[in-house]
Amino acid sequence: MGYVAVKGGTEAIEASLDRLKYDRLKEAEVVEINTVLATMRHLVDQVMSEASLYAPFLAALAIKQARGSMEEAVFLLRAHRSTLPRHYYSETVDTEDMFVERRVSASFKDIPGGQLLGSTNDYAHRLLDFDLVKESKEENQNWLRTYHERMKADHPDKDLQFFPKVVDYLRAEGLFERYPLDDTPPNDITKESIQFPTGRSERLQVLTRGQTGAVTSLGYASLRGYGQVHPTIGEVRVGSVPIHVQHPYEEDSEQDDSFYIGDVQLTEVESFVPVTVKNNNQKEELEFEIGYGISFGQNETKAIAMSILDQCLQKPHGEFPTHDEEFVLLHIDSVESTGFISHLKLPHYVTFQSELDSVRQVKKGGESNDS
Amino acid sequence: MYEKPILQVKHLQKQFGEGCPHCFDKESVYLEKNYCTVCGTVHAVRDVSFDLYPGEVLGIVGESGSGKSTMLQGLYFDSSMTSGAVYINQSELTGQNVLSLSSQQKRYIRNYIYGMVYQNPVDGLKMKFSSIGNIAEKMIAAGNRNVSNIEKRSKELLENVHIPLRRMKEEPQYFSGGMQQRVQIAKALSNNPPILFLDEVTTGLDLSVQASVLDLIKQIQRELHISMVVVSHDLAVIRMLADRSIVMLNGEVIENGLTDQILEDPQHEYTQQLVYSLL
Amino acid sequence: MIAKPHFAFFDEGSKKEIRRATLKAVAIPGYQVPFASREMPIARGWGTGGLQLTLSLIGRNDVLKVIDQGADESVNAVSIKKLVQHTTGVSVTEKTQEADIIQSRHRIPEKALKEDQILVLQVPNPEPLRKVDAREYMTKRMHAEDDYSGAWLLLFEQIMKFGRMSTGASHPVYVNGRYVMTPSPIPRFDNPKMHQSKGLILLGAGREKKIFAVPPYTSVESLAFDDYPFTVESFEGKACKLCGSTDVFLDEIIDPDTGERTHQCNDTSYCMEQLNSEEKVEVENSYV
Repeated sequence: MGYVAVKGGTEAIEASLDRLKYDRLKEAEVVEINTVLATMRHLVDQVMSEASLYAPFLAALAIKQARGSMEEAVFLLRAHRSTLPRHYYSETVDTEDMFVERRVSASFKDIPGGQLLGSTNDYAHRLLDFDLVKESKEENQNWLRTYHERMKADHPDKDLQFFPKVVDYLRAEGLFERYPLDDTPPNDITKESIQFPTGRSERLQVLTRGQTGAVTSLGYASLRGYGQVHPTIGEVRVGSVPIHVQHPYEEDSEQDDSFYIGDVQLTEVESFVPVTVKNNNQKEELEFEIGYGISFGQNETKAIAMSILDQCLQKPHGEFPTHDEEFVLLHIDSVESTGFISHLKLPHYVTFQSELDSVRQVKKGGESNDS
Repeated sequence: MYEKPILQVKHLQKQFGEGCPHCFDKESVYLEKNYCTVCGTVHAVRDVSFDLYPGEVLGIVGESGSGKSTMLQGLYFDSSMTSGAVYINQSELTGQNVLSLSSQQKRYIRNYIYGMVYQNPVDGLKMKFSSIGNIAEKMIAAGNRNVSNIEKRSKELLENVHIPLRRMKEEPQYFSGGMQQRVQIAKALSNNPPILFLDEVTTGLDLSVQASVLDLIKQIQRELHISMVVVSHDLAVIRMLADRSIVMLNGEVIENGLTDQILEDPQHEYTQQLVYSLL
Repeated sequence: MIAKPHFAFFDEGSKKEIRRATLKAVAIPGYQVPFASREMPIARGWGTGGLQLTLSLIGRNDVLKVIDQGADESVNAVSIKKLVQHTTGVSVTEKTQEADIIQSRHRIPEKALKEDQILVLQVPNPEPLRKVDAREYMTKRMHAEDDYSGAWLLLFEQIMKFGRMSTGASHPVYVNGRYVMTPSPIPRFDNPKMHQSKGLILLGAGREKKIFAVPPYTSVESLAFDDYPFTVESFEGKACKLCGSTDVFLDEIIDPDTGERTHQCNDTSYCMEQLNSEEKVEVENSYV
């Protein structure tokens, strides 16, 4: 009967929890939350993005508690999110106000404001750096000092720079349709479960919360041929944006009266996807549509893949699962997929006994039929 | 013929696109076949009316793109029509335009009054269910909850369409095209529908297989007196099956009458072409 | 930064939302009501639907029983009990008749529910028509239009292939003559217990975000054909080796050494009670 013995469940769980703690402590090393925050920023970003809770410190704590397991850390943060009352929605964030740390466009060499490579692994050669095995704090300090001096020399106190959006530039040229501003409040998928067919606001929420690997894989599948979207990246920008909320009791207060509550770091992607549209004379014309991707933190691959899937789902196509909203949206959530896969570890012996009975009865019936 | 028609189709219209002042008139110079060069609307079915009498086989012939299949799909509620009315002479439906009924009522009609055989068996069969299950589906949908009863009727039908009973538990995906078509016919007949639609049922089959499927349809018609609407691009098929026929071109009815008459003395230029090519 | 957990984990707003969905489910027996399922401290697929129901309903004076696969001491039952107790401080019991709320996975207790009891069942896959169509948009329509021929066809296919219905657990049921519902993966043995149950039965699917219900005294019929009636698992000629019960769902136990096959009550608390009452009778008898 093994682990579902009729008695002993309580003791077994206690023992298992002790063992879990033991495993975390046994090497006698303590990782500080700040160390995680300072050195594992990408991990923190990924956890915040999949958990859809912007809380770097809590994400780092979750990573520590989960001993580096992504699914577990995301799960911890999501469960914590459930306990938090949600009183406000922020004002709409305009990413044009982003304090840009990095911004590239694959569409144009010359974009207004220029390309800003910033910090990226893209051009780092992926060679294991054995120098990191023995890093000295002192050397690091020295490197930092020279770096700061060099920066000062190159950019003597330049003004803060904001970058116009690449897409505005194209819009001015008439390559994009101008849509009227749509101020319909989005449906909050954490307050009302999504219903099909979905609206775009619901899709974007599910996609941005999606598991990084799942979103990337499906976006890749579409790109490779199991889908009809092959975009050009208009712009990837990474940076921080300010978040404002309105005064809770003065509903009509002006935007200027809203309260600044802090910054979040975002990755935003606008992909350009060529589509054929009919013009007023029913002639087919090529136009661009925008696939949109956004993510907490610096998660560029995920945000790009999201922009692909966003466009895929805008254009349902029976042949490809990447264009099927139920297929995509119901299977990319980390907490849901890992939870259900892992539930297979639970005992299923009642259901199995029931199936066994059916199989036996069928066999019995088969024998009597043959005889 | 003073009998009341079992099915009346009135002014059916199906267009893809908004339409514009330039294409509302059928004779408009802006129309290229059924395509409006101004607004791009396709007028797939234009003002089609006809009656179907009990026990009669009505043929609808026309080239591909003439709107005949689109119209049939509309009659069977697979796609919605832009306008028009369809009346069925059955007591519970008297006087009601069935196109405007609720989807539940439409399902009732599909289960009890209509049978449909599609050109492509994939549209009419569940390829991964047994053949007998496919035939049973309609009976189950019509509320039959007695397995031996369903089984008995399915076997009769399978025999009727010449499918060996030893293969009844096999899935149609493993059958040849002709056999798949025969399973579809058996399925369509399962609830003794008074009206049967056949959409290009022999298209794509070998000639010898075509002949056997056509024979089967004739036999069913003789024995069961079901009213049928047979759609085909092949005048030979229509000649063999239909008592009366309609010729469609660019979404419109251009000729209608007794099949023999049409064959002997075609009026419209297109029909003449069609008939001469048959000779 | 250190947060004290709220009573029953949720904020009151969330509880109200879940209770509203629950009320709707009770009002439309067998209909799957969508709700904004929360992430819970236990994993999706491990009973979060049931847990959300329990937590939204439980009051300070309620007594809770949690079972998994019939056993109170099964690891996941213990884990769920621990969480509820930790966030509410309510008392728990193993005795079916003492509980106000019974949360269960894959079983309905052998002892019939009473009018003041609520049974909460955990549901992994709430959609009985999922095998008919993978798309929620389609299955929702089928329910709306009372189109259940697909569900029947699946059973018909089984009869054609195997000579009988070959469903294991979660054999679909008609609730109140209208909605086809999965009874959750309870064995067929438990399906009849839902029919005209005195207690309220709530079913919660956390991952799939659905709540549905069988209100007290509601008709629940297992799908079956006229000539192929619904049958429950057969334990003919078998009895619990511990308490001797015969009309209960039995676990099959194989001795790893001898290969001998024995049977034992799956509902552990029922078995225990049978044993206790036998002992009591023996004790009473010996004093006569």
